[in-house]
Amino acid sequence: MLDGTPESQFEESTTGSDAAGAEALTVEQAIANLAHPDTSLRYYAAWWLGKFRVSDPAAVEALMAALSDESDRTELGGYPLRRNAARALGKLGDRRAVPGLTACLSCEDFYVRESAAQSLGMLGDPSCIPALVSLLEGGVAAAVKIPGRPHLAQPYESVLEALGALGATDAVELIRPFAEHPLQRVQYSAVRALYQLTENPAYGDRLVAALQSNDINLRRVALSDLGAVGYLPAADAIATAATENSFKLFSLKGLLEYAVRQSPATLSADAIKVMTLMDSML
Amino acid sequence: MSISLATLIADIDQADSPERLIAAVQALATARLEAGIPTLIRALGFNNPGAAVTAVKGLVQMGDAAVMPLLTLLDDYNYGARAYAIRALAAIADPRALDVLLSAAETDFAPSVRRAAIKGVGHLHWLKLPDSEQTIAQSRTYSTLLRVFQDADWSLRYAAIAGLQALGQSAPALQPHILADLGGFQDADVAVQARIAWAIATLQSPQPVPHSFPHPHPLTS
Repeated sequence: MLDGTPESQFEESTTGSDAAGAEALTVEQAIANLAHPDTSLRYYAAWWLGKFRVSDPAAVEALMAALSDESDRTELGGYPLRRNAARALGKLGDRRAVPGLTACLSCEDFYVRESAAQSLGMLGDPSCIPALVSLLEGGVAAAVKIPGRPHLAQPYESVLEALGALGATDAVELIRPFAEHPLQRVQYSAVRALYQLTENPAYGDRLVAALQSNDINLRRVALSDLGAVGYLPAADAIATAATENSFKLFSLKGLLEYAVRQSPATLSADAIKVMTLMDSML
Repeated sequence: MSISLATLIADIDQADSPERLIAAVQALATARLEAGIPTLIRALGFNNPGAAVTAVKGLVQMGDAAVMPLLTLLDDYNYGARAYAIRALAAIADPRALDVLLSAAETDFAPSVRRAAIKGVGHLHWLKLPDSEQTIAQSRTYSTLLRVFQDADWSLRYAAIAGLQALGQSAPALQPHILADLGGFQDADVAVQARIAWAIATLQSPQPVPHSFPHPHPLTS
């Protein structure tokens, strides 16, 4: 049922109150539930551990084991528990999960590959770069829609974004053609990665231009990308983009974090400028 | 060339497309008629974001005259309309809205509305209250903002710092307390921590930064 809906930070922040009993679980119960006979309880427990960032080593180990679960299958042969376990492991910051997540990149379930790529991008361990690169095999020519499914052959957006986050500079030439992929979302992911890997402002400016897209969803994606790379020259364009304030606030937060990393000891003019804009989005 | 209130309202009620509705609400807002306020408030509940944002701007321009109608016509059963009304009240900053804004700041289910209310309460024009009520109103606001700062959502904590800074500027008696609180806050979130540092710097600067908070057009966030 989750097919094709990558959870955004906004959905995630509301899911907790919708899910009955979210507060009732304890860490011990959630870990134990990962082995519960009821697959829906397992699925929920994996989500819960990620949501509440339970980085307890026992939780990490149980989630790592769930990456090779065989019992919970969808009609189409998907692995729901593996998907949730892979997503959760990205949030727990334990690099012991990297080999298991890397193996998930060759899982037959697209959404397991997608979740694993996202989490690997978050964990910051470059050892998975060759496996991520191998998903780009065939280049843009192979990056086409799978007949009858709502997705492409590979989770290109997540793979490209992970390569950017992991500093995979050797992959720049492989990534570059994806900036011209027919799908704009894929283009943005490539451009975002290329900006991170080259710091060439031409890529940042392309994301800024995307804020003028006619499609509000693409404008939101561009906001998220600009926030992820912390492209400071985009601040004013973000503040005036035609989307909801909450999206702009979250995007500007990424810029502020970047500005603070640039000068951690002082309040820089950049940081104050971004906060002034953020205040106006409250 | 003056168009009557009845005509303006009729245009709203007879609009047969979202665009015409927005244009009709805009016309009523531009007319700045006090008697048109209840209709602008009604437009908050049309489930048309463009019309609602236009009506909010119109209500904010009407200022204090819109406060009592907004408070009495607040729709407890339509949360969409209520969110717009809260945004309008926060932007007008009349302290008669204190109870409603404090309640929205703490308990509204929509984070975007809470953020607007949290920042808004710090900016209220306290001098419009009788002397005897000012201190009580400010200290209630202060406690609410401190409670909000305990929230798990970074954006609410960020808004609480903006609200506390504004309260420190609008209520000088509280400023030393607020500065002491801010100095003791530690936030794991980099953005919130930066906002704390900026709030301290602003409150400590000998010539306080003039209120650089032109009320933004409340959007449908």
